[in-house]
Amino acid sequence: MNEESAKGALLDVRGLRTHFELRRFGFLRVGSVKAVDGISFSLAQGEAVAVVGESGCGKSTLVKTLLGIHPPTEGEIIFNGRDISSFDAATLKWYRSQIGYVQQDPYGALPPFMPAHRILEEPLIINGVKDPSERAERIRVALTEVKLTPIEDVLHKFPHMLSGGQQQRLVIARAMILNPKLILADEPVSMLDASVRVEILQILRRLQETHNIGVIYITHDLSTVRYFSERIFVMYGGKLIEHASVRDLVHHPSHPYTQALLEAISDPDPVNATHMKKVPAGEPPSLLNPPPGCRFHPRCPEFMPGVCDVEDPPYFFPRPDHHTACFLYRDEARTNPM
Amino acid sequence: MNVASTDRLLEVRGLRLFYRTSNGVLQAVDEVDLDLPRNRSVVIVGESGCGKSSLSRALLRLLPRNIAAFDGEVLLGGTDIMKLSDERFRKEVRWIRLGFVPQAAMNTLNPVIKIGEQIHEPLLLHRRARTKAEADAKAREAFQMVGLPTDFLDRYPFELSGGMRQRVAIAMALVMEPDLILLDEPTSALDVLTQANVMNLLKRVKAAVKTSFILITHDIATSSELADDAAVMYAGQMVEWSDAGRFYLEPLHPYSKMLMASVPTLREDKELAFIPGQPPSLINPPTGCRFKDRCPARFAKCDEAPPMFDTADGRKVRCWLHE
Repeated sequence: MNEESAKGALLDVRGLRTHFELRRFGFLRVGSVKAVDGISFSLAQGEAVAVVGESGCGKSTLVKTLLGIHPPTEGEIIFNGRDISSFDAATLKWYRSQIGYVQQDPYGALPPFMPAHRILEEPLIINGVKDPSERAERIRVALTEVKLTPIEDVLHKFPHMLSGGQQQRLVIARAMILNPKLILADEPVSMLDASVRVEILQILRRLQETHNIGVIYITHDLSTVRYFSERIFVMYGGKLIEHASVRDLVHHPSHPYTQALLEAISDPDPVNATHMKKVPAGEPPSLLNPPPGCRFHPRCPEFMPGVCDVEDPPYFFPRPDHHTACFLYRDEARTNPM
Repeated sequence: MNVASTDRLLEVRGLRLFYRTSNGVLQAVDEVDLDLPRNRSVVIVGESGCGKSSLSRALLRLLPRNIAAFDGEVLLGGTDIMKLSDERFRKEVRWIRLGFVPQAAMNTLNPVIKIGEQIHEPLLLHRRARTKAEADAKAREAFQMVGLPTDFLDRYPFELSGGMRQRVAIAMALVMEPDLILLDEPTSALDVLTQANVMNLLKRVKAAVKTSFILITHDIATSSELADDAAVMYAGQMVEWSDAGRFYLEPLHPYSKMLMASVPTLREDKELAFIPGQPPSLINPPTGCRFKDRCPARFAKCDEAPPMFDTADGRKVRCWLHE
């Protein structure tokens, strides 16, 4: 499984599990919500990947675990060659100065009582940039990069005086201010209007390319992914069920869940009104008691009794470098032909 | 007039809804015209703050207190419902002839009352059912139509997932068999697969019952799922009205064109564009065309307010280019 975790990987995640313990009756253990359940991947320096999935599939928990907000139950997170899964205070401080976080709701993510320049200055002060003129210069650079101009107008504004798109750009500027190596963006455009969405994605993409930053872009909207990232990870029920390059995944989706997800997405086309979409009914599984075997099997149109509901599917490779956790491809290679 | 408008279910002429705010009068809905035949659906698309939700509130007369102006003509099946008193509007129109599926239906159900009782309430209040048993039969029928198990009628809203609750909200509108159902962003809070399921459901309902739909949304790609006609709102005004067949392929108004170019597509390779600038404030909207400051095709005439032009092929557009 780790054959791809090359030496130069920026982020290497191995067997990551984040479970939330439920305690209902004093010390009696009732069970745990398995929000992230065995995820491994590696991210190269300067690579952008998108994690897609429906709500409750564990994608936000994955981000929060990678940010060090939720401690992992099991598994390793190796960042730039350094194991950070212990999350002691010193490691965490260093690690957090290396990563940026772009939240979903920009208004909720910005402190309402701070003007823009304070918001951007704070991380610099905390991370020991002592020279005020250097701080001012870096704030200026960050604001220019996210195109929040004219800078003088923005510096003294409070978040509520900015539009949604401007707020999100301020959030991105804050994430960029420490020159991070990795940015985690959790649904960065889902609260924005269509006309602004594209601009924010283009800004993120350009920052990623010019500074050679790794980006993990979490979204439920597959149609924005191809404009942003090289690889797509599809999550379902706390697991990574398929990952491949964007082009490969969009044109040759292998897992029945990915196929349904692609089918469900509309392009603006009048033909849509004339036919029904072939999507499976039902809801994603409870992560408290996930179904045995493949977690999609209760909804799967290709369900094979005795196979899918018994064993957890490993990755198969229907195409080079195209990981699919589905027994439909059990005759294909078990190791990556790449 | 009644004779001429037999197949016209809804005719709106010059509808205005202005709010009083501490900064001045906000012109949320400004002189909107709308025509909708029976058993047809129109989608109204626009960005946040363009007045599309205010339009649905104006049609349903669900108004806040700070109203500065609320006038115009709304003919529903030939009668001007704007002239009705609030009490008659409540007794005869709202929820009876005009159904409503609100945004984020998960929050519109009463959390402490069983779903069944919430569906019975309008039936009993408006005397569509005389007894509880009769109301229950109708509720079951509506639940079957939206694909919900009928034993959900005995549950509380929190026991249902978001998609299920959205179906309940649709069932609640359907149970009164209204002439017209207004859907305000019915799927924007839902997941992709659930969204597709709800859209399938709406298509099935539309084929099964002779109800018209007005779908209000900012999601242009999904809106194409249900559209017979499409309308675009910008800064409180209707700027384009067209049949869906042509709208999604070649919109007319520069704003619609740019909006369409900003929609990411999954299957087709295209360069995405965004619209620079921001929509104008509705408190002191600019004179002339309201889109002129962001418009790439601006010319001298744009300083005058354009009327709605009828194009040769039967579409409507508020732009001097199509004079």
